[in-house]
Amino acid sequence: MSSHAASHGHPSVLAHHFDTIEQQRSTMRLGMWMFLVTEALFFGGAFCAYAANRVWYPRDFEAGSSQLNVFIAGINSLLLLTSSLTITLAIHAAQEGKKSKLFWLLTVTILLAVSFLGMKAYEYYSDYEEALVPGLRFDESKFMPATLPSPDAPTINQINPDRVKMFFMFYYIMTGLHVLHMIVGIGVMVWLWLKAYRGEIHEQKFLLIEITSLYWHFVDLVWLFIVPALYLAGIHH
Amino acid sequence: MSLASVYLNRDYITQSAPAEPNAKASPNYLNHAYGWQSWLLTIDHKRIGLLYMLSVTGFFLIGMAAAGMVRYDLLKPSGMLEADIYNRMFSAHGIVMTFFFLIPAIPGIFGNFFIPLMVGARDLAFPKLNLASWYIYMIGGAFGIWAILNGGIDTGWTLYPPYSSKSAATNVAPVAVSIFITGFSSILTGLNIVVTVHRMRAPGMTWMRLPLFVWAIYATSLIQLLSTPVLAVTVVFLGVERLTGVGIFDPALQGDPVLFQHMFWFYSHPAVYIMILPAMGVINEVLTCFSRKNIFGYSAVVFSTLGIAFAGFIVWGHHMFLAGEGYYPALIFSFLSFFVAVPSAVKVFNWTATLYKGSITFSAPMIYAVGFIILFMIGGLTGLFLSNLGSDIHLHDTYFVVAHFHYVMVGGMVLGYFAGLHYWWPKITGRMYNEWWAKFSAITIMVGFSFTFLPQFYLGYLGMPRRYASYAPEFQDLNVLSSAGSTVLAVGYIMPLFYLIHSLFFGKIATSNPWGATGLEWQTPSPPSPHNFDKTPIVTCGPYEYSLTPEEAKAMAQAGGKH
Repeated sequence: MSSHAASHGHPSVLAHHFDTIEQQRSTMRLGMWMFLVTEALFFGGAFCAYAANRVWYPRDFEAGSSQLNVFIAGINSLLLLTSSLTITLAIHAAQEGKKSKLFWLLTVTILLAVSFLGMKAYEYYSDYEEALVPGLRFDESKFMPATLPSPDAPTINQINPDRVKMFFMFYYIMTGLHVLHMIVGIGVMVWLWLKAYRGEIHEQKFLLIEITSLYWHFVDLVWLFIVPALYLAGIHH
Repeated sequence: MSLASVYLNRDYITQSAPAEPNAKASPNYLNHAYGWQSWLLTIDHKRIGLLYMLSVTGFFLIGMAAAGMVRYDLLKPSGMLEADIYNRMFSAHGIVMTFFFLIPAIPGIFGNFFIPLMVGARDLAFPKLNLASWYIYMIGGAFGIWAILNGGIDTGWTLYPPYSSKSAATNVAPVAVSIFITGFSSILTGLNIVVTVHRMRAPGMTWMRLPLFVWAIYATSLIQLLSTPVLAVTVVFLGVERLTGVGIFDPALQGDPVLFQHMFWFYSHPAVYIMILPAMGVINEVLTCFSRKNIFGYSAVVFSTLGIAFAGFIVWGHHMFLAGEGYYPALIFSFLSFFVAVPSAVKVFNWTATLYKGSITFSAPMIYAVGFIILFMIGGLTGLFLSNLGSDIHLHDTYFVVAHFHYVMVGGMVLGYFAGLHYWWPKITGRMYNEWWAKFSAITIMVGFSFTFLPQFYLGYLGMPRRYASYAPEFQDLNVLSSAGSTVLAVGYIMPLFYLIHSLFFGKIATSNPWGATGLEWQTPSPPSPHNFDKTPIVTCGPYEYSLTPEEAKAMAQAGGKH
């Protein structure tokens, strides 16, 4: 493989501390997988804390969840899953050296990702309009019973606004961290897009696309956990 | 026969051959480039290791100063300092020592410097990421020090809510940010090392031929990768709760403080092993070298290293026996905690057996290593008192706990760090330190350490609680003894600063292998050349083949050369 690379005039692909191009590639792949392991633990910690409270306070969390916009979440799932498809196709385009196909696939991926963020921004804005942002603008009366319960009624069935606020905190932290990961991913993809535009991603450098797509699939996967955990929790409420 | 062919590559041979003059003529990693850019923009793992050494030393001195203030306060029962100042001092000590010294020290300095040399690689897998890790560490560290000096923090290093999410006077949020940033550096260093060990080993360097230091740092890195992100997300929750006033951990706002403790200790208990495992790795290298013996039970040491890394993840609940985690979790965590003692005991057994009938030289690194075994053993055994549910009720949050973890952290990790510092100093700098002063400071540190922390076991047993600025008058004698001991300890810590710096300018020039050690790192010149190895080495045996004399090895190599 390395002699193949050299004969095509791309000796700069191999960094000084690697012996072969295959060693370099497997090293970069493993590096990204290890990074994703830490990311899984990062989001795993958040989901764990969420799950504990979800089990303790099911009614409050379902009440909070019922206020979220499942329709936008559905559209966003579609956008993100499609972007995962286009970046996977981009790996093949890069491996085959089809530079213009690669450029357009990256363009579509970035556009899909940016539309996700646009939808998400609109969703955050409408959350603010509906007074669902604890600490900033929050309408507790939405979650209070219409008539005050008698003092001796069991409190277990009542919804506690503090717990609903906690649900929204989890919602903003978890989706916020996800958005942050998307922004980083888009940044990397724009960098690759510029490289592709200048025709710098030849078939020996397909790995750049491959490890970026690994990251992007992970971001996708986190979203697929967020949707049922946060959005669909209160769908029957 | 296979041994013999190895020794063709070993330094015993090259050392007796006139290889030294050539080595001196060729440039080394220190003198091949000059100027501040060649240091601050370097991607050479050896130079980055030295950058870590400088910054870690700085943080260590800051943490030491805070500890000095704590011991000063406790000289008299009513306290020498304002209680507020005292609270900030022990918090600063805990945060600086844990996050900026204990965790990054050995992986950052020796891991960086020696992992590529020991596995026969030209650099870590991701050299630029390595430099980035150091910068992230410095940003996190500088931010943390700024927060500590500019107002400070009085929650202790554990940041328990609801106090930490409510007490308005202190810099909890900036410290949380600084811990988050530093954690990132720790993750990236761990990632780099795991990938390096998997992918960059020289031909013939199989997993079961890796030096035990590499195994130890590898296991440490796995813990860093798996646990640090959980702390990161926990401090995000804490920071959000503090900034928005919405409850996640505060019980008054329907949050659960025990949840914080679960998440915090899910990181911070494994973090104890992030601190101690690298030191154990150093001890393996030093003990085998200065007793001229192969390690006793190589694979047992390897699996106990991995065993500690694994067991560290399932015992976090023993920090919360009295915090309301529940009866059955406490039972299970207590039971599991006893299991950690097993791989640790395996290690102590193997080290002792390695010393048995070895030809032991008590040079400075060896004194540290033997001190490590004794002090770590005391630290480990007193841990069993605390994992026992019954005795923990009496000892919880007393000075017994303080003494226990200082025996593991200082008696263990810091002595391991100094052992490694002296052992590898000639390789890193190309100079020999003054042996007499090194031995003297080693003994001073151990004497000072024992006078500082041995009384604290008794204080805790008598019931003196930790983290208080004042105490009952009957505890004064032991506290004064402890503070006096800490002064001796501080003197012992300062001495290496002088004789090591002195050696940089006036020390004897070190040969490539002054201890006659077997590791691959000793086959390179001292200091090593910029790219470590001119030719990728080929490894044909395990790391500790000390059983042959140089002459025997040479003879066998010549006899075996035919094969």
